[in-house]
Amino acid sequence: MMALDLSQNKHADVSYEEKERLFEEVKADERWHHVLYGCFECGICVASCPSARFYDFSPRVIAQAVSREDTDLIYTLMSDSIWDCSQCFSCDRCPRQNSPGQIITIMREVAVKNGLQTAKKALEGYGRIIYKIMSTGSQVSPDMLQPDAFPDWGTHVYEIAENLEEWRKALPPETLHTTETGWKIDKKTIIELYLIWHMTGVMDLIEGIDEGLFMILVDVMEERLEEAGYDDVTFD
Amino acid sequence: MIHLPITKASERHFKIDPNDAPVKDLREELFQLEKEGELEVIRVPDNHVELMTKYGRKKKIPIDKTWHHKSCGQCGHIPGYSTSIFWLNRQFGLDYYDPTDQTSCTAWNYYASATSNPEAQAAVAVRNFAAAHEVGYFPLIHCGTSFGHYKEVRHALVHQHDLRRKVKKIMERLGKKLVLPEEVVHYSEWVLAMKDRIAERQVIDMSNITATVHPACHYHKLIEEDAIYDSEIYGAQRTAIVTGTLQALGINVGDYSTWFDCCGFGFRHILVSRDFSRSFSVQRKIEVMKEEVNPDVTVTHDTGCVTTLDQSQFAGRAHNRKVGIPVMADSQMAALAMGAHPYKVLQLHWHNTDNKPFLRKLGIDVEKVWSEFQAEVDKIKSGEKKFMTWEDADK
Repeated sequence: MMALDLSQNKHADVSYEEKERLFEEVKADERWHHVLYGCFECGICVASCPSARFYDFSPRVIAQAVSREDTDLIYTLMSDSIWDCSQCFSCDRCPRQNSPGQIITIMREVAVKNGLQTAKKALEGYGRIIYKIMSTGSQVSPDMLQPDAFPDWGTHVYEIAENLEEWRKALPPETLHTTETGWKIDKKTIIELYLIWHMTGVMDLIEGIDEGLFMILVDVMEERLEEAGYDDVTFD
Repeated sequence: MIHLPITKASERHFKIDPNDAPVKDLREELFQLEKEGELEVIRVPDNHVELMTKYGRKKKIPIDKTWHHKSCGQCGHIPGYSTSIFWLNRQFGLDYYDPTDQTSCTAWNYYASATSNPEAQAAVAVRNFAAAHEVGYFPLIHCGTSFGHYKEVRHALVHQHDLRRKVKKIMERLGKKLVLPEEVVHYSEWVLAMKDRIAERQVIDMSNITATVHPACHYHKLIEEDAIYDSEIYGAQRTAIVTGTLQALGINVGDYSTWFDCCGFGFRHILVSRDFSRSFSVQRKIEVMKEEVNPDVTVTHDTGCVTTLDQSQFAGRAHNRKVGIPVMADSQMAALAMGAHPYKVLQLHWHNTDNKPFLRKLGIDVEKVWSEFQAEVDKIKSGEKKFMTWEDADK
């Protein structure tokens, strides 16, 4: 396993001021004061952390770095470690009521919002999932069960893919006779979801992280919004 | 030197006192905000039961008039999970609503990629709550992550005025109200609340079955004070969810040392870094269960947990690891106990790890039930039938 380089020199090309700006953005989040209360260094978070067992990752290092306001180290962690976190929140058992998992949630949001190169790299290959959830309102769908996407799930996936249409119709709840979404979702509901994306600036995040994905989503969403009478809603 | 009195573990009694709870009952603030005209509270329907939470608060669990907030992963990849929940409702003649005016909570994506923000997440949640309220039903959340996330969203909306103002404005544009439920309720709490009625109608003896239980992280680790505990189960030292249901069905629940560990799902990992999910699931969960309990089945109550624990075993088998435990949801176990069809209702052909030995141990003729399901599929293939109906499923 490659040891995580926590030295200050790793991101010497990024100015201290820029690193500080990003950390200030993390601290400005409304949740910040409810997720960090200091650290005993007891290691309970590490003991219960699944990612710490398989990656060179430590929720304690995260809690320590932000407690000490070690700006260089925080930038290093934001550029690498945070994407190893499983977001299971086992670390919430912290006796100081810290939530390293929630600290990471905020750090990830800032990394995405600022289009950090490492965030783009961490999300490589994930674009189709973002497309699915944002355009259809359902994260994974039956037709995503394809052997090339899940080769490590075995021959069972071939069987599902081959019988998909009939097996979906052989489900008693009428809402589940779908293949492109997990269940039948009303058109009106999808339009409301697009309006939420529009009003909350989520599409700006997508543009910063994957411009190609952004353009595809804009095409799909603006067309459907126009059909529904929302000509004035654009994502540019 | 300080001398501390030492009490043997067997003599320790954990006394639950709501006054000792480190957190306040959120409902007080919720109703106060309603009085001030800030939001509207969706009341738990009259037909409900009360179950105890971690610090002793009684949580209202609705029995009927439930609006089923479905799960992306359950409906998409393990559809017998939600089918079993609906089947149970139908068997008891309960009034429930299976909506099409529902989106995902989108939290799987949020925890995986952070390509969202608190306003969007809260607006998605409130839009779904409002959809339930508009048709006069109470939201029952199928997914563990949706459940945990919605509890967090509700908490944030109660405490953050600025977030509330932003979400209210979004809802106005959608022609909806800012509504929040009195309780955020997970379907497995409903199953637990129904356990005695389910046991009364049990037709398959499960007393020869040993199971392990995996409690879902986002069920009992996020807003932990809202999870169900019971003094009779693990001495209220861990959640009673799933275990209480299985014990009511006469199943022996075996304990194992890594019960607190997550399943390895990881949100981002299960989709694009599955080597981690596979390794963790096999080495920290399945193999430990196998070595310490050797159960006939492992039972959990969340989308990601069923998926990860089940699907990861294929690669484990290829590496000669100690795997081979079928994985099911509590809703499927409850339905099976009441005589639901293993393929027409439980839809076990969507699961990966071989569950036939488990079914045979229960006295089920696997070949016969599979051919009954196949007959239905053949009718669909030939065009004789468009879909399999609930009536077909119960034949």
